[in-house]
Amino acid sequence: MIAALVGNPNAGKSALFNALTGARQKIANYPGVTVERKSGRMLLPSGEPVELVDLPGSYSLNPSSPDEAVTRDVILGRMAGQAQPDVLVIVLDASNLEQHLVFAQEIIELGRPVVVALNMVDLAERDGLVIDPAALSSALGVPVFPTVAVRRRGIAELTAAVAALRDAQADDAPAHRPHVTAPERRMLARQMARGAILSETAQHRIHAQLDRVFLHPWFGPPVLLALLFVVFQAVFSWAKPLQDALDAGASSLGDVVRGALPASLLRDFLTDGVIAGVGSVVVFLPQILILFFFILTMEATGYMARAAFLMDRAMAGVGLSGRSFIPLLSSFACAVPGIMATRSITDPKDRLTTILIAPLMTCSARLPVYTVIIAAFVPNTQVLPGVGQQGLVLFGLYVLGVLGAMGAALLLRRTVTKGEASGFIMEMPKYQLPTVKDLALGLWQRAYVFLRRAGTMILGVTVVLWLLLNLPRAENPQDQVNASIAGHIANGLAVVIEPIGFNRDIALALIPAMAAREVAVSALATTYAVGQSDDAAQGQALGEQLKAHWSLATALAFLAWFVFAPQCMSTIAVTRRETNGWTWPAFMLAYLFGLAYVAAGVTYWTAVAFGLG
Amino acid sequence: MTLDELPLGTPARIVSADWNVLVPEEAQRLRALGIEEGAEVRLAYRGVFLARDPIAIEIGRMTVAVRRVHARAMQVEPVAATTA
Repeated sequence: MIAALVGNPNAGKSALFNALTGARQKIANYPGVTVERKSGRMLLPSGEPVELVDLPGSYSLNPSSPDEAVTRDVILGRMAGQAQPDVLVIVLDASNLEQHLVFAQEIIELGRPVVVALNMVDLAERDGLVIDPAALSSALGVPVFPTVAVRRRGIAELTAAVAALRDAQADDAPAHRPHVTAPERRMLARQMARGAILSETAQHRIHAQLDRVFLHPWFGPPVLLALLFVVFQAVFSWAKPLQDALDAGASSLGDVVRGALPASLLRDFLTDGVIAGVGSVVVFLPQILILFFFILTMEATGYMARAAFLMDRAMAGVGLSGRSFIPLLSSFACAVPGIMATRSITDPKDRLTTILIAPLMTCSARLPVYTVIIAAFVPNTQVLPGVGQQGLVLFGLYVLGVLGAMGAALLLRRTVTKGEASGFIMEMPKYQLPTVKDLALGLWQRAYVFLRRAGTMILGVTVVLWLLLNLPRAENPQDQVNASIAGHIANGLAVVIEPIGFNRDIALALIPAMAAREVAVSALATTYAVGQSDDAAQGQALGEQLKAHWSLATALAFLAWFVFAPQCMSTIAVTRRETNGWTWPAFMLAYLFGLAYVAAGVTYWTAVAFGLG
Repeated sequence: MTLDELPLGTPARIVSADWNVLVPEEAQRLRALGIEEGAEVRLAYRGVFLARDPIAIEIGRMTVAVRRVHARAMQVEPVAATTA
């Protein structure tokens, strides 16, 4: 048996889905379309499991987006590979019945077994709205249960109702109801809402008061800016102690292994390859979690839609809309969830443009690269009180990425994604406090994806690189890099990248970093570690090694390269999935590598002209 | 008067809408949100800094962000404040 959640956007469907299924969730795509299929196991009171599908939020069965088309097709049993749900759970926002009852009537008219979850009754009460579920139930002719999904209230009653509907199904087939026109439905919705409201006090809605600040034309933008500042500050400063601890853990683990095993190729493999390689990536877990914590919180509280409102004008300037702001902000953590979040953009050209520029947002995987290079080459001096030169350079790299993205969006919207200027129509959800449980679930899903990536792909790439660097063995340890297979490949590539100031070692790092940017750091570490003969030199910090081998111009060019270069297999893979083909990922690779090459070249030769070569 | 010219906070009813000037999907989305003939609306916020775009409309218990171009397609007339 299958049950499905259906309702308007912002009805609290996802929270209800979490409450009904717990952590037993599966997220995939519907075949042939890039619409997310969220399903999970819900337990009936008898303990019997039922598959619950969370359908994309819709305003009507007459779709105006791919998401809404999926909802219609699943409900009508027209979706290939998806059995028609046996029971539909309609989710209503209790404080917005007038609106939500329009779609509810349309569903009920189909005559399928239906139960209504009158959700977020607590928020309605907060707004001074008391609703009579019994009156609503008799007006609609289907059972209605009040719920507060985020507090897990009314969940048992709802599952019992689903079970009862399933059992009743066999005997009495639900009758078809008369069809009414859309304006009639809206009128009926207004009447039913009025009939079900027991009492209603004057407008003292908290969200209206919050909006007075957050959407204020002059106060709103500084508040958003301040929030973003706090987010980025937290990503860097809060994460530091955790990162140091993880870093120390990885190196002491390396020391333990080094002490426990006799000197051999296997020992070097474990310490320099596996532990150092994976360790250098896992240290970014705290930053990613902190960033996602803020993004998930902003989404769950309802603030994200306000941010989209405030940013719409600026985004319109480059041919996008406020809807693109959320995916682009997520891309500062990682372009992969950012690109996935573009699904909420209804206009296809708009969405494609956002996907193509998302990799230009400085993702957390660039941080290890930036941090290592900046620490080694930029003096740690104060430009102004409290403003260090290193921080300034890092900030400049972020700005460069944003400017690059804006320029790219402008150009793309006039060329390959040319089309009518996109509009912006967005319902502002009500403000609410997120629950720790929902936030924790979201964070766990992000952490799991990241750790799985570190444990599989990044581990694999590091191991292969280490092998390529160490085979075949050179007579003299000093020549190991040159003698190795990787050395030969890099020497070939070096010809191409020498004009932009890059050397053989950089070529060696760039190849494996195609898998993920942060691998560049572990690759450089591995390269310089392999090149050293004695243990003392191996222990030398990577920064010292870099200073010994690179000029300042080269280092700056390397930074400029990473602002643009699409060195991330996951991004390419998710772009292929989200655009249904290889055309756009190929285009993305070409234009971003082109930009990276030019940017690095310009940086290098400018620096050389200023005598920094 | 069109909806984008309505003074902030003034309740008004949409008397007619020129759906043909809007992108069909957007027209449909606006209707789905109840922003159509006969609806009672209020302009809550207009623009950021000096811009007059986008616009936040209050309709019933919802706040909906739209662009000025959408609001300009709606003819409105102010009404006496009711329950809304």
